[in-house]
Amino acid sequence: MQVLKIATAGSVDDGKSTLIGRLLYDTKSLTDDKLEAIEKSSQKKGYDYLDFSMATDGLMAEREQGITIDVAHIYWATKNKSYIIADTPGHIEYTRNMVTGASTSQMAIILVDARHGVVEQTKRHFYINALLRIKDVVVAINKMDLVDYSEDKYEEIKAEILKISKSNAYQNQKLTFIPLSALKGDNVVDFSDKMPWYKGETLLSHLESIEVGAVFEKSQARFPVQTVIRPKSEKFHDYRGYAGKLYGGALAVGDKVTVLPSGTSSTIEKIQFYNQTYDIANAGDSIAISLTDDVNVSRGDMIVKYNELPNTSKTVEATICWMDQTPLDLTSKYILQHGVHQVLAKVTALKSLVKPDLSMEEKAIENLKINQIGQVSFKLNQAIYSDNYADNKQNGAFVLIDVKTNTTAGVGFIG
Amino acid sequence: MKRKLNINPLESESIYIFREVVAQFEKPVLLFSGGKDSITLVRLAQKAFYPAKIPFPLLHIDTGHNFPETIEFRDKLAKELGLELIVRQVQDNIDQGKVKEETGRYASRNMLQTETLLDAIEEYGFDACIGGARRDEEKARAKERIFSVRDDFGQWDEKNQRPEVFDMLNGKIELGQNVRVFPISNWTELDVWQYIKTEDIEIPSIYFAHERKTFIRDGMIWTANDVVVFREESEAVTTRQVRFRTVGDMSCTAAVISGATTIAKVVEEIQASTISERGARIDDKRSEGAMEQRKKQGYF
Ligand SMILES: Nc1nc2c(ncn2[C@@H]2O[C@H](COP(=O)(O)OP(=O)(O)O)[C@@H](O)[C@H]2O)c(=O)[nH]1
Repeated sequence: MQVLKIATAGSVDDGKSTLIGRLLYDTKSLTDDKLEAIEKSSQKKGYDYLDFSMATDGLMAEREQGITIDVAHIYWATKNKSYIIADTPGHIEYTRNMVTGASTSQMAIILVDARHGVVEQTKRHFYINALLRIKDVVVAINKMDLVDYSEDKYEEIKAEILKISKSNAYQNQKLTFIPLSALKGDNVVDFSDKMPWYKGETLLSHLESIEVGAVFEKSQARFPVQTVIRPKSEKFHDYRGYAGKLYGGALAVGDKVTVLPSGTSSTIEKIQFYNQTYDIANAGDSIAISLTDDVNVSRGDMIVKYNELPNTSKTVEATICWMDQTPLDLTSKYILQHGVHQVLAKVTALKSLVKPDLSMEEKAIENLKINQIGQVSFKLNQAIYSDNYADNKQNGAFVLIDVKTNTTAGVGFIG
Repeated sequence: MKRKLNINPLESESIYIFREVVAQFEKPVLLFSGGKDSITLVRLAQKAFYPAKIPFPLLHIDTGHNFPETIEFRDKLAKELGLELIVRQVQDNIDQGKVKEETGRYASRNMLQTETLLDAIEEYGFDACIGGARRDEEKARAKERIFSVRDDFGQWDEKNQRPEVFDMLNGKIELGQNVRVFPISNWTELDVWQYIKTEDIEIPSIYFAHERKTFIRDGMIWTANDVVVFREESEAVTTRQVRFRTVGDMSCTAAVISGATTIAKVVEEIQASTISERGARIDDKRSEGAMEQRKKQGYF
């Protein structure tokens, strides 16, 4: 079964929760007991319609304040596909939450309130989706019922968004515009009879048509070793398997490989998955690899094809999204976790800052505060084996861990 | 013909998580309830470390109100796989006067498990507790991280969770803290059942249709077991053909009417069902924030 992961973005009250609830309701994915809970609470609040936002707003504090404060995951399936939606909140912590949601998503839905059109945050949402290189972006122009289902209004917003997207670095992004009303159910699952001028797809039919996969732009195999499996049993006395998840491309038995950082060459002898062996493994597969030679491999090392080497370097340049209350600064040390490989990192230069209106301020800055995005250079105590984010998402991203609090404080995109 | 591997992405993600646990923590443990989710975890752990044995023990918090079929199954599974099984009894805590048994119509030992679990974590110094919770189960769980940090009191601070980006997992903790790990976070109930079917995994008999003495309360089917389930005289006992969708204590798990005697039939029934899995959990019906309250206090 294919799994399509979707990130959502929108400002508070644009109708994100309502839209997700509507999708679940119209695809009959809400079970009777959940529906009953929604009906009960809608009545209690005195609404004369169903408050679908109840289907997703999880934590008690959120229900009390009526806002979504953390990323929630919602699951549903059609006959064709399984869907996972990361419902990412649109207010203060929005950069952090959006980046989190978008990092595991293949596509994004950006909501715009038809009455307000493009606002400051809409630009931010576009910027983050471009930074994370989200291929498919749906612009859901919501609350069309409140602007009399006006075609002019829709065209006006669409034109403005096309203008923003032109200034984006990521030109391969596919934009789809859908006018809808989450509350009334227009163009979500069922076609609206109120907007005969709209000739495109409904949101659901668009989602159904998206092909899952193809996340990597270039396909070079990267195999970071998580752990070494040595059974020490009689039957498997000499077995040594390097366990990890394969990214970026396929590996096959007989492939000539290089182990990093040692640079030792060897050949893939065996690809093991549970109690079977295979000839070829693909990107995304969690496997165990055995090599023909007795080489020294441990956690954090990387196995790659001998003629497809990543960058091995003790310095790194990256776009950083800061996620912690304590700002990133020039004096602190961080643990840089690149995949499963941890090294120590120090900031050597903090350059430009991306402002919410997407303009770059080319100047040296003191620090990077929560939800800010900047260009940062680091020096490392050990080399990492990386790609540019544009070439290999998994191998082009890292997180920064605050050594004092252990929290994940920021995320970096190399290149 | 080349043998080409193509792993189910959910399964691959779970195996990756298991391997991170073993690489990042000193003393992991798998919280084993004997239910379908923890049985699925055991199979995934086997796959993650094959041909080596699963490199951590199983821990079961026994309320004393478990279904006997589950306990029997638990012992058999641990023995077959040669795994260490640690069992801690809620009854011991009650006897020592550390916790007080609930009384009345809806009395259950579900809440009392938390105390016993925290004691066991402290006794053994476990730093990672692997559980079978899924985000689709319940609204509060939808926000749970894969590596979820708990403080010295086992408490969950839902407003201050570490961001998890891509599949990088940060298991750095201080002494006294521990991490709850949820390898099947992204699975749905149906995914679990389908996996059990394709992998041909053995599960306890109570998941299949069987005859059981039951009574009806609040529109739900309760097990009639006068030792652990409080029942009024007026609540008449009838033998029905039922099955369980989720397995907790006898005092808080409702049955569903079912004719499904094979795993294929169970999957069919789940696909057609209009009630969510936790709709059959009496403990969640207490109040809307029931699960979140329990989680904050260190519940599974
Ligand atoms: N008229 C109208 N109201 C909507 C629509 N979608 C959402 N709303 C309302 O807008 C408010 C905010 O919606 P909600 O889904 O909670 O927004 P969120 O903050 O983005 O999750 C609620 O009162 C909804 O009922 C729509 O399409 N039309």
